[in-house]
Amino acid sequence: MSAAAPAAGGINARYGVSARRRRTDVAMRGVLLAGTAIALVPLLLIIYYLLHKGLSSMTSGGFFTSDPTGASAGFFGGAQKIGGIKSALLGTVEIVLIASAIAVPIGIGVALWLVEYGRNSVYANIIRFFVDVLTGVPSIVFGLFIYIVLIVGTGSTYAGWKGSVTLSLLMLPIVIRSAEVVLSLVPGALRESALALGAPRWRVIFKVVLPTAASGMVTGVLLAVARAAGETAPLLFTAGVTNVTTLNPTHYQNSLPLQIYNDFIAGTTQNFNRAWGAALTLVLLILIVNLSARFISSRSRLG
Amino acid sequence: MAVASAPAGARSILERPPAARLPDRILRYGLLGLSSLILVLIVFFFVRLISEAHPAFSHFGLFGFTFGQNWNVEASQFHALPLVEGTIVTSAVALIIGVPVAVAAALFIVELCPRRLSQPLAILVDLLAAVPSVVYGLWGFFFLVPKLHGIETDVARALKWIPFIGGSSITTTGPNLFITGLVLAIMILPIVCAISREVISRVPTDHKEAALGLGATRWEMIRLAVLPYSRVGIVSGAMLGLGRAIGETIAAVFLLGDASRIPQHLFGQGYSLAAVIANEFGEAQGLHRSALFAAGLVLFVFTLLVNGAARGIVARSSRTSRVPAGGAGGGGASAAAAVGA
Repeated sequence: MSAAAPAAGGINARYGVSARRRRTDVAMRGVLLAGTAIALVPLLLIIYYLLHKGLSSMTSGGFFTSDPTGASAGFFGGAQKIGGIKSALLGTVEIVLIASAIAVPIGIGVALWLVEYGRNSVYANIIRFFVDVLTGVPSIVFGLFIYIVLIVGTGSTYAGWKGSVTLSLLMLPIVIRSAEVVLSLVPGALRESALALGAPRWRVIFKVVLPTAASGMVTGVLLAVARAAGETAPLLFTAGVTNVTTLNPTHYQNSLPLQIYNDFIAGTTQNFNRAWGAALTLVLLILIVNLSARFISSRSRLG
Repeated sequence: MAVASAPAGARSILERPPAARLPDRILRYGLLGLSSLILVLIVFFFVRLISEAHPAFSHFGLFGFTFGQNWNVEASQFHALPLVEGTIVTSAVALIIGVPVAVAAALFIVELCPRRLSQPLAILVDLLAAVPSVVYGLWGFFFLVPKLHGIETDVARALKWIPFIGGSSITTTGPNLFITGLVLAIMILPIVCAISREVISRVPTDHKEAALGLGATRWEMIRLAVLPYSRVGIVSGAMLGLGRAIGETIAAVFLLGDASRIPQHLFGQGYSLAAVIANEFGEAQGLHRSALFAAGLVLFVFTLLVNGAARGIVARSSRTSRVPAGGAGGGGASAAAAVGA
């Protein structure tokens, strides 16, 4: 901007742009620049605050290797031992992995039908509309729905897999929409040449369409994962909270967002410190997934 | 053509035997089944929510529940207006603060900043979407609430003639509606900015060059060529952001307090539809639980209306103006997907 401004000003001056118009131009450029700066301020503040508060918790002994009970070795040793975030970290990873295992095949299947078979039929547009409805559902409402269906409906209690199902509902529209965009970018000529060579439709889909679109679809999936990993509200009434590490998804399972939430509610300084450590861990986790999604999409063949 | 001259009824040599066509059919109807599953799921979702919320609606009346003024758990009085107002006030603050900043950032990134900087700047703004809401809540509570208290008191004093915003007797030290709105503004910023960038970058170069060629300054070009063309897309992006702000739960739980009365003051405590569910559902029984489902349903209808309005604006403008049908809507969709919205 600074490089372009003098030149543009010179031309404008030569062709008689009034001082008032020039001043407005400069002022409005300044406003837009200020807007951008304001948009970046919260990001810097949050990153600074997270590192400032979370790093010391994260690096103290046993933060990742002890459960929030404080029973095993570690975090804030001695009499004040309150434990680390092992169960929450493992719980989040497992809950999100199972959620992806549900949402990704269904989502890609629906997107394939929309692009390859449904196209612009009335029924396909109805489904697109309902996918959009799904996008708009607040995440806590998904939590209520799963609570009614899988907990009241089956007469059982919270369980990790029920949290996964809730998150998969949240991921589904993101996966479908991004996969649909990528699949529709696969050139029709590729499909037609495969069909002309005598390949049946299903082979065309599995051998030509899906491999071409794969990297783009991975991006969408990773963004959905990044979104789901940070969600607290849908897990409140589905996965429950527990201190003990368990990898069995039919039990209560802890997760990082809920650990932060609970530590916030508990309200002691130690709880807050653990919450900051957990928050930093969660943001790093999501950042890694998010940035790898961008990296993969920047190398995608379909742009 | 051998195929065309084959006698009717006989199989062409190019046609596959029925057994070989089986996988095709399985795939086709399997995928159709999956897609129909989405429909079934949503219908089931609606039916269950409505049936759970029904006791509350029949007890207080649909209108009485939504617009009654008293949410009192002890007295078993459940009228959602305090929650609805809390939701509306915080979302409005989020829009008023978030949208201008997001659009300014989008304009700067696409039209003004050096090309080498635009990609990194866009990624930085997008990263705001990678911070989970629980972390925003935590940060807002420990950073914004204490830091902004003095400023809020000053603003309230300075503007004391304006009802709802002003007042010299502001003693709130804790969470309040304004801070919740501010955090929501930060949360919707990346969504609105991504969609705005997308639609702004679709403004035809011809239009911009025409404006510059007629002697417009950069800002005049933005005002005359860029904004009119991308206005619809920006509005629909703002609506999507609004939908997000309305449904946000955990940040509101942390930052709103839980004053279940009609919000008295912008810098006072409040409650919202989403926050009440998260706070009270754990120990809710009977009518209370049904009322929370009803609150969830009202919330859902709200977001549905907002998202519907966003699509409606795009659809109407694509019929009547120059904006290509796929331009604003499709671009918005892919940009929204890009920030995981």
